[in-house]
Amino acid sequence: MTGATLARGTQPRGRARDARNWLRDNPIIPLILLFGLLLVLLNLVNPALPNQGWIANSLLRFAIPLAILAACQTLTMLTGGIDLSVGAVASMAGYVMATQAPIHGPWIAIGLALGAAALVGVVNGVGIGIFRVHPLIMTLAMILVVGGLATVYFITVVATGVRVPAEMVWLAQGTSFGFVPNSLLLFVPLATVIILGLRRTGYGRLLYAIGDNEVAARLSGVRVWQVLIVLYVLSALMAGVAGMLFAGVLNTASTQLANGYLLPSVAAAVIGGTSIFGGRGGYAGTIVGALILGVLTTLLTIGMPALGLAGVNQEAVRQILYGAIILGVAAAYTRLTESS
Amino acid sequence: MSALVRATGPLKDLPLRRSLGRLIDSDAWTLGLFVLLGLLFLLTFLINPGYFPRGLQGLALGALPVALAAVGQAIAVISGGIDLSIGSVIALTNVTAAVLFMNMAPELSVGVVVAVLVLGLLVGAINGTLIVASRVPDIVVTLAMLFVWSGAALLVLPRPGGASAAWLSQLSTGSFLTEWLPRALVLLLVIVGVVWLPLRRSKLGMSLYAVGSNRLAAFRSGVAVGRTRIAAYVLTGFFAACAGLALTAATGVGQPIAGPYLLLSVAAVVLGGVSLAGGRGGLLGPIVAVYILALIRADLLFLGADPNWAEVVQGGIMVLVVMLGAYVTLRQKRATE
Repeated sequence: MTGATLARGTQPRGRARDARNWLRDNPIIPLILLFGLLLVLLNLVNPALPNQGWIANSLLRFAIPLAILAACQTLTMLTGGIDLSVGAVASMAGYVMATQAPIHGPWIAIGLALGAAALVGVVNGVGIGIFRVHPLIMTLAMILVVGGLATVYFITVVATGVRVPAEMVWLAQGTSFGFVPNSLLLFVPLATVIILGLRRTGYGRLLYAIGDNEVAARLSGVRVWQVLIVLYVLSALMAGVAGMLFAGVLNTASTQLANGYLLPSVAAAVIGGTSIFGGRGGYAGTIVGALILGVLTTLLTIGMPALGLAGVNQEAVRQILYGAIILGVAAAYTRLTESS
Repeated sequence: MSALVRATGPLKDLPLRRSLGRLIDSDAWTLGLFVLLGLLFLLTFLINPGYFPRGLQGLALGALPVALAAVGQAIAVISGGIDLSIGSVIALTNVTAAVLFMNMAPELSVGVVVAVLVLGLLVGAINGTLIVASRVPDIVVTLAMLFVWSGAALLVLPRPGGASAAWLSQLSTGSFLTEWLPRALVLLLVIVGVVWLPLRRSKLGMSLYAVGSNRLAAFRSGVAVGRTRIAAYVLTGFFAACAGLALTAATGVGQPIAGPYLLLSVAAVVLGGVSLAGGRGGLLGPIVAVYILALIRADLLFLGADPNWAEVVQGGIMVLVVMLGAYVTLRQKRATE
């Protein structure tokens, strides 16, 4: 037994307890096993899969923007919060980019989209950090405001038309050397910064500290409200990036394009072992979580007709499945943390 | 008035922030809401004199599902929880009713109403049981159930469709006795009155408030905390099903994508003087709050605002209301600590 487990209290069943603690601190290993298992299952359902084309064109193309959206959830959940406005912000950013690009060119359009996203993040952060509104309720309310503003904007720019810049399509859809998706150029540095930032920087540790015990963090001199405002601005910016990637992937933009990715983003972070109650988790698990969801989607698409469920609404099954996963994992984590 | 007098005694040596919390506690808050509603009616009359009395019927009809949702949400919040899945439960009951009305013989339509209400009770019981059994916070469980129930709604009806029963629609449109009394309002008051008034005086009603205000104290005084919390969600499910039926009656179709009812219900609950910390408030405040929010939107439209701008302004008002409510709760907590 390590000092850390001893400090958590008396341990009735030593070995089982050790295994559970180890599992809780290293959720990435069972996750990778699960991912492998799903790939084997996919192979059984369709022997042609997984192949190179499927990985580059189907799995990664959607899993990368999803993993970026899930980064928003990971970071906010570490502090005990959540950002439900990411879907709306992502849609808005993609739409702003696609409507401004024909007028101002791609780079200014991307800047405008990120600026609008950051503004939403500031409002979220002020509500949560200063007025202490529950993050769930604050970001939920912002969905309505952002959605409404996006619709107003839609009416004013309806004449300019929607055109996703070729640069964004290249980044989101294209491949280099025949099989390496270009979006990895953006994602690998971003993921590295997030993973290292959470582990090595003071700001990253502050997120864990706030999620673990906000009062203790405040009493140790942390300006919690400043950390939270920065956090929700970062979250909105990443949501904006993900939204523009989604627009590039689908080569179109609408005011509701990415709204449906909110639930998968929460599910990816929860599956990845980030506690929805804060203080525990990391981004590596979330990435595997997003990949698992990607394989699950393919499995549902292929497997449901095979099981004679072709007529059943797939979106409905997916929603129910994701909801059940979130609930099941949250319940499991509650058990793990309560008993220690 | 009496509430103000009561508050002045210990107030002398207490900071002002505490008195704000007490004010919300008291009937004065509800009274203030009525005054605000009266002022808004006056404003509406000044902007658009032709609005009365026919406009009232449209207002009450549009507000009926929202008001029922707010009542359901208020019960969950009073018991110390929150139901984020209320919008999807409304969508689920809405589409179930629409599908059943379309496929069943008209003679069976009363049975359809009963079946949908039972579905609401069942959904609420599942929500509550999962919360109590899993020991996961309400907010997380109902967030997960939000997705489960909206998926279920899509399974029942993938795209808008279905029908409504003529008598149900007539029940909530038009006016009762005088043109100034919309039927939808009468229906709302009857449903809420029949369920809530006897309940509030009963042991369960007391338990709801006790569990909401201090779960541990309630447990130590012998209240069955788990069962009470499940009962609260069963009631929430019932009112959500009523809202779903009202929506079917008002629109004549089933819509599987949830409307903004979650947010509207939370905003109405906060504006209605029900503390998000639980254990405080009644159902009258949220109902008045729903009418206030609906009138603000109507007035914005009369003033020539684009419907989408009205949406933004309404969303903004809700954000501000929720912020204010959270701020007051925070101050209360600090004052009592």
